[in-house]
Formats: sequence, structure tokens, C-alpha cells
Amino acid sequence: MTVLSITDLNVFFSTEGGDLHALRDVSFDVPERRIVGIVGESGCGKSTLINAILGLLADNGRVGGGGIHFEGHDLTRLGPKEMQALRGPRIATVFQDPMGALNPVVSVGAQMRNIQYRSGLSRSEKDAKSVAILQKVRIPDAGAALARYPHEFSGGMKQRIAIAMALLMEPALLIADEPTTALDATLEVATIELLKELQQDIGCSVLFISHHLGVIAELCDDVVVMYAGEVVERGTTRQVFNNPGHPYAARLLECDPARQSERVRLLPTIPGEIPDLRHRPEGCIFAPRCDRRAPACEARQSELPLQTGHMARCALAEARS
Amino acid sequence: MFSYALKRLGLSVAIVSLAMLLLFSMIYLVPGDPAAVALGPRATDAMREALRIKMGLDQPVWVQFWNFFTGAWTGDLGREVLSDRPVAQVVMEQLPYTLALIAGGISWSVAIGIPLGCWAAVKRGSWADRIVGVLSVAVIAVPSFVIAIYALLVFAVSLRWLPAIGAGEPGDLGDQLTHLILPSLAVGLGWIGYIARMVRASMLEVLEAQHIRTARAFGLPENLITFRYALTIAILPTVTLLGVGIGQMLSSAVFAEIVFARPGVGKLVYDAILTRNYPLVTGAVLVTTVLFVLINLLADLIVGALDPRVRSRL
Ligand SMILES: Nc1ncnc2c1ncn2[C@@H]1O[C@H](COP(=O)(O)OP(=O)(O)OP(=O)(O)O)[C@@H](O)[C@H]1O
Ligand SMILES: [Mg+2]
Repeated sequence: MTVLSITDLNVFFSTEGGDLHALRDVSFDVPERRIVGIVGESGCGKSTLINAILGLLADNGRVGGGGIHFEGHDLTRLGPKEMQALRGPRIATVFQDPMGALNPVVSVGAQMRNIQYRSGLSRSEKDAKSVAILQKVRIPDAGAALARYPHEFSGGMKQRIAIAMALLMEPALLIADEPTTALDATLEVATIELLKELQQDIGCSVLFISHHLGVIAELCDDVVVMYAGEVVERGTTRQVFNNPGHPYAARLLECDPARQSERVRLLPTIPGEIPDLRHRPEGCIFAPRCDRRAPACEARQSELPLQTGHMARCALAEARS
Repeated sequence: MFSYALKRLGLSVAIVSLAMLLLFSMIYLVPGDPAAVALGPRATDAMREALRIKMGLDQPVWVQFWNFFTGAWTGDLGREVLSDRPVAQVVMEQLPYTLALIAGGISWSVAIGIPLGCWAAVKRGSWADRIVGVLSVAVIAVPSFVIAIYALLVFAVSLRWLPAIGAGEPGDLGDQLTHLILPSLAVGLGWIGYIARMVRASMLEVLEAQHIRTARAFGLPENLITFRYALTIAILPTVTLLGVGIGQMLSSAVFAEIVFARPGVGKLVYDAILTRNYPLVTGAVLVTTVLFVLINLLADLIVGALDPRVRSRL
């Protein structure tokens, strides 16, 4: 069973210099109870993808073709009210910055009650649920924590509270946008373990975005590699890490993630820059930075299956694998 | 919260004491003999000397200051020259009128300025936003006494909708309130513009914050996000600004009280200056200072009540 299925999604931003094609023909699935990781350099469109799923694109953004299928709905066709009803109870999100993700002037308890506003529970029932989930994320003295404000907690605790809030309604899909980037290494490991534990507990699927290949390898069942708004490769973590088909993915993985020190948080750098997305080339988007460039790269690239469930958007992929 | 209030109160006492020191040194340094001024040119030297002793002017400076200081703190501001009544009593009689005027001005500016600014921010870039922007600048730019005179001419003299002068029949609350509408609008109108602009700017900033994005990602109702999650934070600078702005409001209250012939501390000071009634001037200024400090204290307490971060920092 697939929880979330994205097919040929295109997103544009209107800018002064013309339309910016931020996502092009993005397709991938998030199967039930699986953790899907998304990797890619800064600016490759990870946040845009999340916002498109949540129906929270900036005012100048629009979906220009393709579908986002979730629980029988095409999210690109839902009205704002219907989208709002899905956000929270069915699709929950944990954002990168734990310091800024919680409202500073509303108590933790009130924020958690507000999240349950559609549940029909009484105030004390809502609070009981909040306390239970706070205990699960190991917030000490969870009952008293409800009356406290975010600034009274440490960064790691804030991030665990954010995770608790996201899982409060037992969503079918949890989206995590670099949830551990702002934490130090020990906290990062603990948070990842906690996430995995809770995911199995609740039985939800996770869309996990990270810069950290080691974390992806550790946590995720499937991986989607993005470059300049396109999915260049996707497959199970093992397929992609052991046998990358796209030169971009191969370059990312050249340093073995298992040996990557905890301090290496950023993707390995590849010479060159992401092209201007206002003027997309017709051919392979990675070609200007690719050391295996060939005449076939001038043509438009489609996803080539390498194995079942493993594809790469590279004309040369099959020949090499 | 309690210790926060206590600390702020201590600070306020320090500020008022400092104001007393400044006020005292001003009186002391002003050339001329207060006793001579009080008695006028026809008094004899003996009369002046007697008054000087009565007023304590023969004592050393520090004793004089101490007497002034302790007197002021216990509510004794001396006696005014014309009627020989206690200054404190005279000022306190007029104070409620000025307080009502300022409270009215704040009510106008808050009740209109905050919703306007909030609305403009939520609808940013729209026609509504632009119109609010232009109107804000317009009301800020026009001095309050001009507004007072025009409001008087239009609503009281031409249209006869509202009374022109005075503060209304004592004891008749409805009459006093109708008398308050025009003067308080004159005091508060410019502030509607300030507050609308201020709230719009901070609201736009807050709406960009990560926690607002989180709130949206949880599907919270837009009204809850706008008013509880965003506006509570966005009005904090405005509350502080209003506290400081009370000084400016007090000075426009002087104009409003003169134009509308209302009783009040502003009118009192104005008349006292014209008649050279110096004890009354200093007493009224001191009371106004205390008022200013108290309102600032109130503003800080409101900020503390709204923002738990401020509360715990102190
Ligand atoms: N509102 C917008 N208007 C115009 N362009 C935008 C807008 N939002 C994003 N973009 C552009 O879309 C592209 C993808 O941005 P996005 O924020 O999704 O990247 P990202 O992968 O999340 O990067 P990071 O890792 O830094 O968070 C970038 O080129 C960015 O400049
Ligand atoms: Mg991002």
C-alpha cells in the first residue's frame, strides 16, 4: 500500500526574471510504514516539495501539472479548507529549527490543545493525550511541562516536543524537514532513534529530509536523490547506496557514509553550481557539472529502471550498471 | 510575575525621585526669589523675609531638597500662590479629566489602529493595505490641535452632533462621555496612524516566522493563527511605544483642553504659567511625571503578561 504517491509534479514560482521551474516531473512513492529519505544540495527544491504536499506554497508559487495522491485525494485539487483539515491529523510536519518552530507566547499545553481542536475531546482529555505523548518523547515531568513555555526548554527538548506535537494526532504521514540539523551529534542520534521508535509505534510513514547521508543510510528504507528540482535517482537505500546509477548520486556517495565522521553534516561538494532554474536546459540538468558527459546528455532524460524499484534519470545509467 | 512587578516598581520609584531632583534644581537655579515672586512688587522686606522662613528658603539647600522630597512623596506639594490651597489638592481635582481624555485617546487609537494594522498586514499588497497606508501617514502628519479645531468646527459647530465645550454635567456619565468624544479623538487620531503602521510592520514580520508556518502545517484555523499566535507577539512593540508616547499625548491633551475649554491638568498648567503660579506649575509637572512613569510601568506589565520570555528574564 502506498500512502503518498507523487506523479510528474511540476512547481513554478513567478519571479521578476520570469517563471522559475522549481520542481520538474517529480515522481516517487512513500509506501505504508516506510521511511523515505530525500537528499540533495541546498536549493534543489526539498522545501518546495514539502510545501507543495502541504498546500502551503508561497503566494507566487503554483503547481503546474502532476498529482500528489494521498488517501484517495489528489492534494493538488483540494480546496484550502479540505487541505487544512488534512494538515495536522493526517499529515504532520516537523521543521528544521526547533528554536523557532514553537510559538513563544503560547504555553506548550495550549499549543497541543489547539492542535487537537477538531478532535471533539474535552479539555482534560486533550491534556491527558498531550501528557501521554510528551512522556513518550521523554520530556521529564510531562504534566508540569504543559504549563511551561517553549523558551523554558533546551533545544533538544524543544525538538522532541515538536515531534510529540506532530505525532499527537497519529498521522498517516510524518514529514520531517531536516529535523536534526540544528542539534549536536549525540542529540541527533538520540532524536533519530526516538523518531524510528515512534514511527514503528504509531505505524505511520515518514518523509525524511536530510543533508546528512549517514543519517539517511541509518534511518531510511528508501532514498530519493534530488538535483535542481528533479528526482535524479530513487530506490531502496541499499540499491542507491550500493549501486548508484546517476553520476550525481555516485559523486555524493563517493565518500562512504559509514566512514563519514559525525562532524561532516553537509553533502560533499561537487564543483560547479546548480543552474538557473528560470532557464532549464532541455537536456540533462546535471550535464554541465558531470564528468561523464556524452552526446546522449543533450536529449531530454527520462527515468530508466535499473532494478525493480530503482531508477535513475540518466541516459548512460543502464550501460554502466 | 510578582518579583517582576516588584522590580519594575522599584525602578519607577527611582525614576520619580530623579525627576524630583531635576525639578527641585530647576526651581532652585531659576533666578529670582520665590518669596518675592509670590508676594508681588508691593511687599515689604519684612514680609518677604517672613515668607522665606515659612517656605524654608533660609535653610541649607540639602535640607530644602529633603523637605521637598519627603513632602512630595507624602503628597505635600506646597501651597499655590493665588488661593493658598494645597497644590496636590488642586491638581488632583483636575487629574480625572485629563486621565479620561488620555484614556479616551488611547482607546480610539488602540481600538482602530490595531485592527487596521492587522488587517493591512493580512491583506498586504491589496487596495485595503494601500488605503490604510495613505490614511495612516495623513493622520500622523496633521498636528493634533489642527484636528481638534476642525473636529470642533465640523461636528460641534456645523453639524451640531456633539457638544463643543466643557466636560459635561458632573454626575451625568452619558453627558461626560459625549463631551469626551471629540477631544479624545483629537488626542488619539494621530496615534491611530502610528499604531496601524507599527502593528502592520511587526505583524508582517511575525507572519513570516517559522512557528507560524508550523501552526499552518498543523491546520490551525487562520483566525487563531492571526489573533492568538501572531498578533499577541506583534502588538508588544506597540504597547511599549504607547507607554512612551503618553508624553506626547499629554502635550496634545493641553491643546485639546484649551480648544474644547475642558478642565484638566493641561489647562491648569497653562493658566498657572500665565499667572506665574510657580508652585502650581511644579506640582502639576511632578504629578504628570508620576503619571507618565505609572503608565510606562503599566505598559511594561502588559508586555510581561503577554510575553512569557520577558516575564522570566526579570
Ligand atoms: N517563493 C519563492 N519564489 C521564488 N523562488 C523560490 C521561492 N521559494 C523557493 N524558490 C526557489 O526554488 C528553489 C528550491 O528552493 P527550496 O527552498 O525548495 O530548496 P531546498 O532544497 O529546501 O534548500 P535548503 O536545503 O537550503 O533548504 C530555489 O532555487 C529557490 O531559490
Ligand atoms: Mg529547505
